[in-house]
Amino acid sequence: MNLVIIDYGSGNLRSASKALERVKSSRSTVCVTKDPDVVASADYLILPGVGAFPDCKKGITVLPGMIDAIAENVVSKGRPFLGICVGMQLMSAVGHEYETTNGFGWLPGEVIKIETELKLPHMGWNELTIKSLGHPLFKNVDQGAFFYFVHSFHMQLKEEKFVLATTDYGEPIAAVVGKDNMIGTQFHPEKSQKMGLLMLENFLNWRP
Amino acid sequence: MLSARVIPCLDVKDGRVVKGINFVDLIDAGDPVEQAKLYDAEGADELTFLDITASSDNRDTLLDVVSGTAEHCFMPLTVGGGVRKEADIIALLRAGADKVSINTEAVRRPEFVKEAAEKFGSQCIVVAIDAKRNGSGKLQVFTHGGRESTGLDAIRWAEQMVEYGAGELLVTSMDRDGTRKGFDIELISRISNRVSVPVIASGGVGGLEHFAQGVLDGGATGVLAASVFHFGEFSIAEVKKDMASRGVKVRS
Repeated sequence: MNLVIIDYGSGNLRSASKALERVKSSRSTVCVTKDPDVVASADYLILPGVGAFPDCKKGITVLPGMIDAIAENVVSKGRPFLGICVGMQLMSAVGHEYETTNGFGWLPGEVIKIETELKLPHMGWNELTIKSLGHPLFKNVDQGAFFYFVHSFHMQLKEEKFVLATTDYGEPIAAVVGKDNMIGTQFHPEKSQKMGLLMLENFLNWRP
Repeated sequence: MLSARVIPCLDVKDGRVVKGINFVDLIDAGDPVEQAKLYDAEGADELTFLDITASSDNRDTLLDVVSGTAEHCFMPLTVGGGVRKEADIIALLRAGADKVSINTEAVRRPEFVKEAAEKFGSQCIVVAIDAKRNGSGKLQVFTHGGRESTGLDAIRWAEQMVEYGAGELLVTSMDRDGTRKGFDIELISRISNRVSVPVIASGGVGGLEHFAQGVLDGGATGVLAASVFHFGEFSIAEVKKDMASRGVKVRS
């Protein structure tokens, strides 16, 4: 299996690749790439994201052919996709961080600022309330398990069925979203110690 | 519900872990990567490396420490000390840091914080504030490990740094550091009441009860300590158990 992490100049790709290296089977390889051809042919595609929504979107758009390659892999071929943090937020139709920016439009909804009296960013370990209990991603993951979050914006979806798990930060926050072969986590599995590694392992064992 | 973070800090000099009493008389003790693995296994919520290497010549030893840690520890990692330019941040993030903490350079050139937050996102920019009371009891910002006064009011400075894009503040009391009397609750609470971002309390832990005080009385969302962990006085688990018994939400 070719596990491909999209490198578009965002944040800490090393953590994501190290974590995948840790949980992958010996037959799989982890590849961090800017090459749209490699992305289009990935068996599993991972889009990490750190920073602001518009910057991340721009980082992908400026790579010639990358947007099309992602769509070909995820939408046409239906290969398993994992978006992390802003990578997850990009799955939505539109983001409102600083300016209004279109996402990939895979999930109907938008990314807006968290409304709370609590501190922002929502930073630290928070508990997961799993709604879609039978989803393979949550195999052996306990209800209430802690994951590491760092974000001030969150995804608000028009349809609840795409919200697979939530966390509570003044209001319910979409923590895991998904549809068909696509998964997005608002938290960082690559920074969530054992539970995060377990979830990444579950993702790699997923055959949607 | 969000849990309070317990954050062991490793003071690193020339690639080795040290911890000073009031920032002088350093006692050497250990390999930072081994220490980090131990804290990871114990359930630390984050790790902080503070590089106190004076010269920039040994900068690469720090990067080795960071990448060695990122290899083994799948948890958030903050690195501070000597972060003066964009290239320093890029190098640390590439090595595996998630956040960088900026102290002296923020005082010298506050726009650096703004530029860094715009380029890398507020979530990875921590501003470290070393505060100390002056002769008339006013909380002021100090730099250079507490040796140099800046004349800046610590509370006002905290607000300004958040306006400039800091995503988190690491607030250390230089009066309390190494004294084991507990956090400077007045300092921590005055800052956390005034800013919208998370505040990490640091400096002065000596007893288990001090950790919970930082959260309950100080309003911090994270508590940081070095010596008490480093010398094995308390384990992370003991700290969390005590915090939980006092009504603080912690990750088990």
